[in-house]
Amino acid sequence: MAQILSPLPGTFYRASSPDKPPYKADGDSVAVGDVIGLIEVMKSFHEVKSEIAGSNVRFQTENEEPVMAGAVLAELD
Amino acid sequence: MLKKLLIANRGEIAVRIIRAARDLGIATVAVYSDADATALHVQIADEAVNIGPPAAKKSYLNVDAILKAAADTGADSIHPGYGFLAENAAFADAVAAAGLTWVGPSGDAIRMMGDKVTARSAAAAAGVPVVPGSDGRVSGIEEARRVLIDTGFPVMIKAAAGGGGRGIRIARDLAEFEQSFPQAGAEALAAFGDGGLYMEKVIERARHIEVQVLGDGADAVHCYERECSLQRRRQKVWEEAPSRALSPRLRDELCHSAVRLAREVGYSGAGTVEYLYDDAADRFYFIEMNTRIQVEHPVTEMITGIDLVAEGLRIAGGEALRLTQDAIRAKGHAIEVRLNADDPARDFAPFPGTVGDLRIPGGPGVRFDSMLYPGYQVPPFYDSLLAKLIVHAETREAAITRLVRALSELEIGGMKTTKPLFLALAKDADVQAGAVHTRWLEGWLETHSAALSADPQP
Repeated sequence: MAQILSPLPGTFYRASSPDKPPYKADGDSVAVGDVIGLIEVMKSFHEVKSEIAGSNVRFQTENEEPVMAGAVLAELD
Repeated sequence: MLKKLLIANRGEIAVRIIRAARDLGIATVAVYSDADATALHVQIADEAVNIGPPAAKKSYLNVDAILKAAADTGADSIHPGYGFLAENAAFADAVAAAGLTWVGPSGDAIRMMGDKVTARSAAAAAGVPVVPGSDGRVSGIEEARRVLIDTGFPVMIKAAAGGGGRGIRIARDLAEFEQSFPQAGAEALAAFGDGGLYMEKVIERARHIEVQVLGDGADAVHCYERECSLQRRRQKVWEEAPSRALSPRLRDELCHSAVRLAREVGYSGAGTVEYLYDDAADRFYFIEMNTRIQVEHPVTEMITGIDLVAEGLRIAGGEALRLTQDAIRAKGHAIEVRLNADDPARDFAPFPGTVGDLRIPGGPGVRFDSMLYPGYQVPPFYDSLLAKLIVHAETREAAITRLVRALSELEIGGMKTTKPLFLALAKDADVQAGAVHTRWLEGWLETHSAALSADPQP
């Protein structure tokens, strides 16, 4: 099982804005370089790009939840 | 006089307000999110109340939690600081409705100045020059074409309900205008639920100059101007007073126009009237009024010797203005720089971290407003302002020399900050000559960013 970790501390968002669908729905496949969410750090937004590929993504961090750097955002098969 | 003040804010401004209140013998209540439990404002206030999770909308923007904290602690007043709820008219009204004193202007004054169209009308009514453009909302393309006669090109088409740089389009000629105007209306309707537009002449090279005012609801005075032309992405990074660009005659006109506007709207408390100053035309134009204390208020305090936060608290407590206009004198020159947790070597990437050793500059003419202490963990959830370094000296040249001296003493261990930016700016010939405008810094950064990668010693 592979994990996508947060590169930064901040607030995790699963979509680019509240009225947009999430970048990835639970169960989607993820390719290397896919954006899986955003981290807001001090009012600036950073895309989280997956460094690994896999299937059946399962988010471990909720939308709008605070995270520390290194926190597990999602798991992949 | 106020007896117990709740400060609905965090960071350096919460610390600043607590200090002013305690100097006046007013008890203080801090509020904090889960991320700020060990913050300096929590440590130095008489009492502190947790108001929720780290996300600002669940804590520092949570009106119910803040009003409950005030009720639970018996606070008789609320100071909003800047940002968060400071220019939220509904919050000001809710504070008053709860029987508490709001430190600032009335909800109605906030509402009037917060809407670009009504603010512009109030300015025009007070005889304050406004940027050539439409008188409020434009009814349609026919009226828009008539407004073009006043504005010329380039012209800005702004969404009446926009803000913070959103909902703005610029047309450089008539063909672009004919295409952009209908698109801007449709976009504004989609984005803000309000398709209202207004138009304004684009002044391409201008300085940002603002006037500090104090009002008591009946009368108002000014405390001279500040120049804040050095900006990055519309955020001020270096502010100073007085502005070297103004002649004595124009300074007088500018400052008196701000007082007229403050009187026109029955302004109460500390506020700032912002202008663009066009050097080439030697004219100034009203942009907006900020109905709160501002980040850069200390430069005015340094040249006038007035404690603006304390004056605001006295006014909120029911005192009339203590200062007459002739008693307010400006002396010397002051500069403030904003030390942000942003790494200038990496395109100002935010740097939330833990403060190691801390060496704070001191000596004559140096002030350091901050919430830092050794071991402080800078949370990633809020803005990146760590500290404001303010220097005061007899002349602008001496103030820049003192700024470099103070910056060279400053060490914020473990953090990347904007300190190298200010050391480099202080050495720049244009900055030394004051030959800058609001777009100057972004151009300078394109050619000087390599010089910011190290932490150069002066």
